[in-house]
Amino acid sequence: MPDTAESIELLTDREHARKVYRAMLEARLLETKLSSLYKAGKIVGGVYLGKGQEAVSASLGSCLIPGTDVFAPLIRDQGGRTAFGEEVIDCARTYLGSAEGPMRGRDGNIHRGRPERGMLAMISHLGAAVSVVAGWLLARRLQGRLEGMVGATCIGDGATSTGAFHEGLNAAAVERLPLVVVVANNQFAYSTPNDRQFACEDLLDRAKGYGVRGYSVDGTDFLACLRVMREAVAEARRGGGPQMVVARLLRLTGHGEHDDASYVPESLKCGALGQDCMAVAAGQLVEEGYAEEAELAEWQEEIGEKVQAALAAAQRDPKPDPWREQWEAFSMPQTGDQNA
Amino acid sequence: MSITYVDAILEAQDHLLREDPRVFLYGQDISRFGGAFKATKGLAEAYPGRVLDSPISEDAMIGMAIGAALAGMRPVVEMQFADFSSIAFNQIVNHAGTHFYRTGMPVPITVRLPSGGTPGSGPFHSQSMEAIYSHYPGLVVVTPATVSDAYHMLLQSVALDDPVVYCEHKFLYRWLKASSIDREAPPLGQARITRPGKHATIVAYSAMVHEAVRAADRLKVESGWEIEVVDLRTVKPLDMDTVLASVARTGRLLALGEAFPWGGVTAEVVARVASEGFHLLDAPPKRFNSRDTPVPYHPNLWAAHRPTPETICLAMRELLAF
Repeated sequence: MPDTAESIELLTDREHARKVYRAMLEARLLETKLSSLYKAGKIVGGVYLGKGQEAVSASLGSCLIPGTDVFAPLIRDQGGRTAFGEEVIDCARTYLGSAEGPMRGRDGNIHRGRPERGMLAMISHLGAAVSVVAGWLLARRLQGRLEGMVGATCIGDGATSTGAFHEGLNAAAVERLPLVVVVANNQFAYSTPNDRQFACEDLLDRAKGYGVRGYSVDGTDFLACLRVMREAVAEARRGGGPQMVVARLLRLTGHGEHDDASYVPESLKCGALGQDCMAVAAGQLVEEGYAEEAELAEWQEEIGEKVQAALAAAQRDPKPDPWREQWEAFSMPQTGDQNA
Repeated sequence: MSITYVDAILEAQDHLLREDPRVFLYGQDISRFGGAFKATKGLAEAYPGRVLDSPISEDAMIGMAIGAALAGMRPVVEMQFADFSSIAFNQIVNHAGTHFYRTGMPVPITVRLPSGGTPGSGPFHSQSMEAIYSHYPGLVVVTPATVSDAYHMLLQSVALDDPVVYCEHKFLYRWLKASSIDREAPPLGQARITRPGKHATIVAYSAMVHEAVRAADRLKVESGWEIEVVDLRTVKPLDMDTVLASVARTGRLLALGEAFPWGGVTAEVVARVASEGFHLLDAPPKRFNSRDTPVPYHPNLWAAHRPTPETICLAMRELLAF
């Protein structure tokens, strides 16, 4: 049965939790392999992991309806991408520079998307997607198709300092669009800590300034993430205007795999924010009776094999050929400037 | 009965809204107020809900347009002044300009930039941004110089699947009039011979086409020179066929623009003619632009900052004397 707003609302807590955990697991297993491939020199550029952010990201992605909603993931959103329906092979191909992937070697790593399916391809300039998602929603309103749909995007603590974030969220609020902005406050923007990024006590304070509803959630608490994302997305879908979720967590890795994150103090790593949401989630699933230990181990094996197969396949793909590349930035050839 | 350049832009937007349900307008003060230059006057009433005031957020204005275009609409964004598009620069060049190449999905947005100087506008309400946007891949940049082109090129811009930066000249808004709009126009990307000649070619675009024609008329009256004026119409892509054919007839080139002199459209034209048509030249190709300072406020300074018929004639006499 295809996902619809009703089918998501009707998911039992058990079904929802299991669905999200599986997406988190796929993201973690996939990204662990990507890190190894990077360290083995098989991936050029960089590898950016969502380690520690899976619960936040996947619980958001799981509340969105593929084919209806629009989602602009950012760099630590493998969990959300997977939950929204991105196939492993798309990620594998983009990281490995396959000519077959959605970006065909023209862009790499997390700068990928399937805009025709409602998953936008991020640019590196932070905050830029907020207004683009809002514009997509504005279009649906003009087309008379907005009812029951939402748009969502994720952003980090650092990106909340950009003008684009402010302009985009403000414009969405003015239009009262069903936009859900999830701020993953992972304490560091690359190496810059929160106290050099913003002066308000809590980023949540900003929601009021934009006239949007704000939610605060412990991003390491799997069940809390599920509950809050479901509520925020449902509220936007009901016509409650933009929603802003601020999730507190710690990035459990460097900015990218090139970064040892030596600037993160031990006290934070050992504190409550430093706990791994995967472990918390596994514990909560078992404790709530949503899954058995043995089942989790089976999922690990099953998803691990799927990830491995996709990465192996992507490595066998043809690489982009500069001689056969269409060096054309315009879609309409008559506007091409052949001598440019 | 006559129609002005800004009327043509208003008419074109009226036509677009009437004929194409995908079109909507987004910009500052464009709804009931009708826009700072009245280019959207009356449209909000005629097309309720489709002419939307934006916050003063140029970045978000273009971001919204990009998202709407990806969702199947044909947004036309009015920047209040071209100068303010610097705030939207990232969305235009990095988001709209790269999108088709990266994803295979084009972004059919049209960004209207009220461009160029008028007396008293000063440094931040006078800029010409066409070179900046032309530099980046993936953007079509048009610079209509006539009333009919203002009309037809706006329709053509919206019809294009790719993002278009539509540079409309503020000085032409009310000063330039035509008795009617031509039934048809050449396609985007095609230049026009505005004034035929045989002794030298001036390649110009936007308001400078009119200054070039004035200079050419003087040179004819004063010295009998026959100067050909080529109106580029579209600066990206550049119609080098028309430019080179003109230089082949005349052997001499002046590339004329109102923008700042470092780099830019005139530099591109001279570079292309020098490399692709060196053998056609009887004299070193020349460029003439504004001065390399911010655009000054006072009319005396402003008039001396940009090329004028007088200074164009001086440049042409040097070119013709070589």
